[in-house]
Amino acid sequence: MKQSSQKRLIYQKLAFSGMTLVASLTVLIIVLVVIYITSMGAGAISFEFIFSAPRDGMRAGGIMPAIIGTFYLTIGTAILAVPLGLGAAIYLSEYAPNNQMTRIVRIAITNLSGIPSVVYGLFGLGLFVLFLGFGTSIVAASMTLAIMTLPVIISTAEEALRAVPQSFRVVSVSLGGTRWQTIRKIVLPEALPGILTGIILGLERAAGETAPIMFTGAAFFLPSLPSSPVDPTMALPYHLFVISTQVPGMPVRIQFGTALVLLVFVLGMNVIASIIRSRARARRQW
Amino acid sequence: MDIKTFTPPSLTKEKLRFTQVFETLISLTIKAAGYSAIVFVLMIFYFLLSEGTAAIGEIPPQVLFSTRWYPVEGYFGIWPLIGGSLLVTVGATLFAVPIGISTAIFISEIAPRWLREIFKPIIEILAGLPSVVLGFIGIIALAPNLRVLLDLPTGLTALTGSILLGAIAIPTIVSVAEDALDGVPRSYRDAALAIGATRWQTIWRVTLPAARSGVLTGIMLGIGRAIGETMTVMMVTGNAPVIVRGLSSLFLPTRTMTATIAAEMGEVAKGSVHYHMLFLIGVVLFIISLIVNITASALVFRSNKRSDRILS
Amino acid sequence: MDKIRIEDFSLEYSDGNESLRHINLAIPAKTLTVLFGPAGGGKSTLLRSINRLNDLADVKKVKGRIFLDQTDVLDKKLDTITLRRRVGMVFARPVVLPFSIKRNLTYGFELAGIRDRDMIEESVERSLVQAALWEEVKDRLDEPAASLSGGQQQRLCLARSLIQQPDVILLDEPTSGLDPISTLKVENSLQDLKKDYTIVLVPHSIQQAARTADMAAFILQGELIEYGSGKDLFTRPKDERTQRYIEGRYG
Repeated sequence: MKQSSQKRLIYQKLAFSGMTLVASLTVLIIVLVVIYITSMGAGAISFEFIFSAPRDGMRAGGIMPAIIGTFYLTIGTAILAVPLGLGAAIYLSEYAPNNQMTRIVRIAITNLSGIPSVVYGLFGLGLFVLFLGFGTSIVAASMTLAIMTLPVIISTAEEALRAVPQSFRVVSVSLGGTRWQTIRKIVLPEALPGILTGIILGLERAAGETAPIMFTGAAFFLPSLPSSPVDPTMALPYHLFVISTQVPGMPVRIQFGTALVLLVFVLGMNVIASIIRSRARARRQW
Repeated sequence: MDIKTFTPPSLTKEKLRFTQVFETLISLTIKAAGYSAIVFVLMIFYFLLSEGTAAIGEIPPQVLFSTRWYPVEGYFGIWPLIGGSLLVTVGATLFAVPIGISTAIFISEIAPRWLREIFKPIIEILAGLPSVVLGFIGIIALAPNLRVLLDLPTGLTALTGSILLGAIAIPTIVSVAEDALDGVPRSYRDAALAIGATRWQTIWRVTLPAARSGVLTGIMLGIGRAIGETMTVMMVTGNAPVIVRGLSSLFLPTRTMTATIAAEMGEVAKGSVHYHMLFLIGVVLFIISLIVNITASALVFRSNKRSDRILS
Repeated sequence: MDKIRIEDFSLEYSDGNESLRHINLAIPAKTLTVLFGPAGGGKSTLLRSINRLNDLADVKKVKGRIFLDQTDVLDKKLDTITLRRRVGMVFARPVVLPFSIKRNLTYGFELAGIRDRDMIEESVERSLVQAALWEEVKDRLDEPAASLSGGQQQRLCLARSLIQQPDVILLDEPTSGLDPISTLKVENSLQDLKKDYTIVLVPHSIQQAARTADMAAFILQGELIEYGSGKDLFTRPKDERTQRYIEGRYG
């Protein structure tokens, strides 16, 4: 440190302003993108847009089948991924011994979280659509999305479970509680907000994904709503992909409107998750 | 004590038995849920392999490792696709690493608390943006502007893909790196400041090196996300499977492995050579993600161990 | 008559910390027995072995036997639920569960599936009176237990351990976080309680040990050095190490 302190402070000033600039620009661009989509898309939003099906080769009308479809897929994903993910999180936090097998489970979960979404699509196609014969359907797509969502749910739920003080468990057991009673009566209720946050974040990701559902359940265009879980369905993200790349002469207004609805769907879940989290933090007794 | 004493009822034998059986059943169920992750990984790998390895038998190696991808005429050269993925990922890294780390340092070390509370959720919004939305923005806003700005024949280039993939990698890098920086003990910073280092010197020479493994993990995971990203690159890179010749190819259209699968899977017949080939590409992607994630978690693991040693 | 008999008991943790070696101890019924000695000597471990709470910890090896009346506590096939209902425990820091005051008390019944309303109501009052807390909380039983002061919380924990009418109460430095007045209240309750219960206490100071002990066991680095009536042990210790510890030369 032979530099004069003057020089060092100039360095500091340069470095700090550089980083401030980069960080602020990043944040600014994100905000601008959201504002851009909102302002361009707001004009398209109308009762008809939300509540009617596309017309004229999707160049007019609304996007209701896609909204409903994404809703179905999200519910389907939740039905499959929540019990399994929660179970796995409880296992890791409450049951798993500190051994090689547990380490392998953890490595498996890490790997699940890293597998590219399109590879999940391949897998879903191979296993659910073709091998198990579900066809391109809501079931096949939901199952694919569920497996993809698992690691998000597991890791956030495990974190929430671990945050519950160990002393509660010890006391419960010392009063004659079994392990499961302790989990059900104390650990789960206390971790619930964190678990819900994790579930919503996982489902948020599932709702916005396209690649895993492209060959497992998403339809290019369907005039009517799916009537059973083994029907294919339209979905918002895939619909946005279709109308922004596959349909020539697509009105920009509808593209932006679709993007906005998808954004609201996904960010809305994000907001709900944050509200749950901050409320729980304020109420917590430990 | 004037309250009459008594003995509360004890548990009946049947009730105890029931509790124990129930307890065993529950723990078995939960264990099964835990192990399911292993089953899924194995199943995914098995399905990819069982369909993908067929391609190795069906396509001669000189075709497989050629420079031409044109499945309709039987050209299955994988190099342009690997090259495309690499090119776009390298571009994304060049773009995301400096921005991600600067932002992480700013949020963790420089920004006042209130600003941090604003910046963090906004970065999270970026993480939550569906990749089709980013791709759509790329087509509508980024590509046309880049075309005019750089005077290119088309705006749908590897560069456009790189920028958007960078945007996808940034939130991962920021959040993991910020966690790592945050985890550096206060005493390290205090010690550096106490011997007369400026705040910047402290960050650059003490905090950042101490958080090194976490920051590297963040970068690895960010890159991992970039390699695996599908929709965005498919929408904005022009999808031309051409051989990559250095970074100058950034200004040309390209096509990645992920985009190839997504674009072509819908049109192939089950069991055809083309079908098997797409699964083989899936195998390659699976293995890449395996390597990236195991390396990243090994980094975290090692750093944990080291800190354990220091503390005990 | 001995309530608890510990025979040649040894225990080792996986990480090698705080093991116990060849402990022999006979704890008489309806007395207050203190286990005292320097920190890290294995007092808590011994306490937690009596209700098998060490099952939750990473224990490598357990040898010897512990009898509660005629029951071999360390028997692998023993029903620990019944055991823990017979042996109540209070911990160093007051751990109230994130429930109301009342549900903290009735939680044990809830676990056992006991729903007899009248009995439960009566037990709540009785246990709170025994723990000298009834007057302070009788009008606010539905408030969160966390709203009580530290001293009140610890007395609630004592009441919680009493409500299921156990035979034995284990207390692990129950007053370590409390002010002198709360400490005195807890100690007074214990003096009343020992008429009906067998109490094993790890005190938080030598003074507390001397004040409260009917019987006293000095435990040093995993070994039982000396065991006898509190009166003898604190006035005429036989072992030099006990004497030096009581005089405050170490620990």
